[in-house]
Amino acid sequence: MLEHLINGLVLGGTYALVAMGLSLQYGIARIMNLSFGDTIIAACFATYILFSSFGINPIVALAIILPASYIVSLGVYRLMMEPLVKRAPDEGALEVDSILLTFGLLFVIQGCLLVIFGGGYISYSFMNTPVSVLGTLVSGNRLLALVLSLAIGAALVIVLYRTRWGMILRAVALAPKSAPLFGIDTDKAARMAFAIGGTMAATGGVVVSMFQTFTATTGVVFTMKALIVVILGGKGSVPGAIVAGLLLGLVETFVAAYIDPGLTLASVYTVFLLLLLVRPNGLFGKA
Amino acid sequence: MKTSIAFALAFTALALLAVAPLILPEYWTGVLLGMTGYVTLATAWALFSGPTRYVSLATVAFFGVGAYTVAVLNEVLPYPLVLLCAAGIGMIMALVVGLSTLRLAGVYFVIFTFGLAELVRQTVSWWEVNVTYTMGRYVFLPFEGHHIYWQLLALAAITFLIAWAIGRSRIGLALKALGDDETVAAHAGIDVTRIKLFLFVVSSTIITLVGAIQAPRWTYIEPSIVFNPTVSFMTLIMALLGGAMRLWGPLVGAVPLFLLFEWLSGRFPDHFSIILGALFILIVFVMPNGVLAKIDDLRKGRQS
Repeated sequence: MLEHLINGLVLGGTYALVAMGLSLQYGIARIMNLSFGDTIIAACFATYILFSSFGINPIVALAIILPASYIVSLGVYRLMMEPLVKRAPDEGALEVDSILLTFGLLFVIQGCLLVIFGGGYISYSFMNTPVSVLGTLVSGNRLLALVLSLAIGAALVIVLYRTRWGMILRAVALAPKSAPLFGIDTDKAARMAFAIGGTMAATGGVVVSMFQTFTATTGVVFTMKALIVVILGGKGSVPGAIVAGLLLGLVETFVAAYIDPGLTLASVYTVFLLLLLVRPNGLFGKA
Repeated sequence: MKTSIAFALAFTALALLAVAPLILPEYWTGVLLGMTGYVTLATAWALFSGPTRYVSLATVAFFGVGAYTVAVLNEVLPYPLVLLCAAGIGMIMALVVGLSTLRLAGVYFVIFTFGLAELVRQTVSWWEVNVTYTMGRYVFLPFEGHHIYWQLLALAAITFLIAWAIGRSRIGLALKALGDDETVAAHAGIDVTRIKLFLFVVSSTIITLVGAIQAPRWTYIEPSIVFNPTVSFMTLIMALLGGAMRLWGPLVGAVPLFLLFEWLSGRFPDHFSIILGALFILIVFVMPNGVLAKIDDLRKGRQS
């Protein structure tokens, strides 16, 4: 029981982390990014390569992958998203365009990963030693994953709520039309939000790869879960994303442990359906 | 062009296509079959997603359900009843998805449909492994390529008729208003949710039937074969290239793209999805409203 609780929190922590990234991209940059999960998987593979071929510890790999993913995401935004943003007559049109574009991007990233790594299940063994927590054994890599998710998530929350720069981002999320009146460069804010979102995805990928097996095609499932967490928590709500992420991780772990591991996605969907029927604006969303 | 002439032309084309397998070699019948399947899928997809601008990413969820229904029932029931069952299941699934998402903003619908195929695939796999203890099923139906092709051709013709009829009816008028501005349409007394739901159910039922009719082509069926996400993707890209807002748009997109994909998948099987994705991105950039709209624009540009 306690073991599942901890495993659920570990999984939920990573969901919360990546969902915060997706929430930044959707809430501030107004890009509905369907290739988000494939960014996560790409980071998983990058960590795997760095660890197994170059012997670089995943925590050190973080220092390489994070700046790299920031630059790549910024490049993707500049090259692909910005023309769409400039062209879109209204928010709805941008949403449709970004959905289509990132859907194409999903297949490109997934195709590249398949060509390079093939379709098999990949995992590596890092810190796979059991640690005793409150009387139950938990593997060290899971604990490390939880600590990393918490630390990085907390850092993002502090930046968003306690710095001037975070305030600018929140202002754009809240009132994109009025923000320029206060001298805020909304284009720049959108660019940065998208890039930070991509960096969060990559962080999530590094963390997930430490304790889970992955394949080149699991990106879709990650995107799906991150999207559900964002909706569940309420669009643009950071505390919502954290609560919803943990909730989803717990639901999934308990379903896998007590009912059947093959039904985790079905349980995620059930949660989503119930939410749509009861609170379409999310747990923390405003009507 | 007058309607009667257009109908005569369409009928002639249909008749020519119907006799084609009697003359053409086997391989080309197969190509025509696949092409007709995708023309129907793309047209049915555009029926809902074109006017409403609700991007449905769940084509293969319905397509796969159709194919799988045939795989499960083909030895139990006579074939017409199997098709009817498949259509019924597709319809019910569309109702559930539509009722829970279509009254909300479009993005909820997209998210829901995005993972739907994966959900259905995993659930069917789980059911087969744990409840029925079978993985993979055989379809034994006495059909050759041209029999399947004729069925698909009939379905394609029906789909075009439905799309045409909807375009001329009150629903079509309501759809135009809805596409322009949903709020205004709602205030004018249009039951927005019900129209979206109706279209989604019609479109999904047709897609389910395409899957059901094509099922005998495989002989051996398992979830990972019939729930292949590439089907959703190809349908989307075809409808988009031709233009999802027009009756003939998906057809114009599907025919050249199908031939191109047929050639590409033979030549570059490993890089297929990369090329597909890149092509798709290009289409979104260069002609977001489709090739027909682009031609219209160019023509207008020249006149003025």
